[in-house]
Amino acid sequence: MLTKRIIPCLDVINNRVTKGVKFKNNIDLGDPVEMAIMYSNEGCDELVVYDITASAEHRPIDIEMIRSVARSIRIPFAVGGGISTIEDMSRILLAGAEKISVNSLAVKNPSIISEGARAFGSQCIVLGMDPVKTDNLEQCPSGYEITTRGFREHTGIDAVDWARRAEELGAGEIVVNSVDADGTRNGFELTITGLIADAVSIPVVASGGAGCAAHLADAFNIAHADAAIVAGILHTGQTTIAQLKKELHEAGVPMRMHW
Amino acid sequence: MYPSFEPPELNFYMIAIVDYNAGNLTSVKLAFQALNCEVEVTQSPATILKADRVIFPGVGAAGASMRHLSELKLIDPIREVIARGTPFLGICLGTQILFDFSEEDGGTPTLGLLPGRVPRFQPENPFEKVPQIGWNQLKYTRTHPVLHGIADMSEFYFVHSYYPAPKQDEIIIGTTCYADVTFASMVAVDNLVATQFHPEKSGRIGLKLLENFVHWTP
Repeated sequence: MLTKRIIPCLDVINNRVTKGVKFKNNIDLGDPVEMAIMYSNEGCDELVVYDITASAEHRPIDIEMIRSVARSIRIPFAVGGGISTIEDMSRILLAGAEKISVNSLAVKNPSIISEGARAFGSQCIVLGMDPVKTDNLEQCPSGYEITTRGFREHTGIDAVDWARRAEELGAGEIVVNSVDADGTRNGFELTITGLIADAVSIPVVASGGAGCAAHLADAFNIAHADAAIVAGILHTGQTTIAQLKKELHEAGVPMRMHW
Repeated sequence: MYPSFEPPELNFYMIAIVDYNAGNLTSVKLAFQALNCEVEVTQSPATILKADRVIFPGVGAAGASMRHLSELKLIDPIREVIARGTPFLGICLGTQILFDFSEEDGGTPTLGLLPGRVPRFQPENPFEKVPQIGWNQLKYTRTHPVLHGIADMSEFYFVHSYYPAPKQDEIIIGTTCYADVTFASMVAVDNLVATQFHPEKSGRIGLKLLENFVHWTP
């Protein structure tokens, strides 16, 4: 049986992993390569590395760091941040990443999804999205609007429509990172995650709000997510991948238990 | 269970990874480098024919890949290197195109080195997504030296929409369940082993499989 994936997320600034709430108050957590090795050894199923200031600073992603991560772990990882061209994607994939994650830039230029899928295959192209609850039901009938640039800009784009569009364009996977739940540790935003998981036929990853194993179980069982991103509770040592997996396994969620 | 042997220095072997413009081969290369092997990613028939081990990976579509193989004049060298007994490992799309026929791209005749075809997943449950992406169990149907030291029902990493359906059950080494089918996720005939999953992305257990392959004398 296909197991549900637990994916730690490493937000990197200046070659250091950091963690902030809603992109503010960032705390230094450590070296990205060392943390990638640690989580891989603890049994994480995949990793995401975001170069979170690359986009704002209009600079390419730190390719040496990507190479070092690729040399150090033998599990798939995705890379995001500041990716705007096919050449950016190609450099990251050749450095050893398995997937490319596009977010704000795909909203501005959706053809990056189709071009990437054509060049490297849909399995390489992950669409990250940051939906927020909205009352603007005329533009966003699902009740969720896409924001970009680290939640700073509202786009007037309906989150479910955008997910369907991204699938048509060739995205292989969608990460639903709820602005409302991000950093709260009160659980994933199950409503929008579930709406999107039910609307598309590609895998959906829940992101934002993980506080304990039960929150992951809800994302998998109630919102039909295929994977979940976990950050703060791992980075601060509140729990470990192994502990989360043990609890989820005991709760009947299919988990990879050998590594 | 298996004959014991003293493994020679690993870097004694030259591993050729066949590059036929079918996806990113970096992780395959890095995995063999992690085993201290001498690795060459190559489109050269001569390099493939003189290699000690040949890896036939691939991600992408069957139709384009068969075109590339043909344009690069790699079809005959692949047949020849298998026929002369060189240990040969197919991975993912590489495995699929060893069979007779793939349903991909409106139906694509493939290499025909293994009898069988490659159909697409058609899940009844809409929550079983296609492609299958993630870790799933390999259930052994036979033992094989390449699986030495790896527990039955270990998880490996899969990314695929199509799956091998061999004509003969005898070539199946292990199976995996997804989208209402139990498919052949690993097959072997003589000096050829082929996996639908990606051992190079399957953590320590995947690396163990590759290490076994490097040491294997069929």
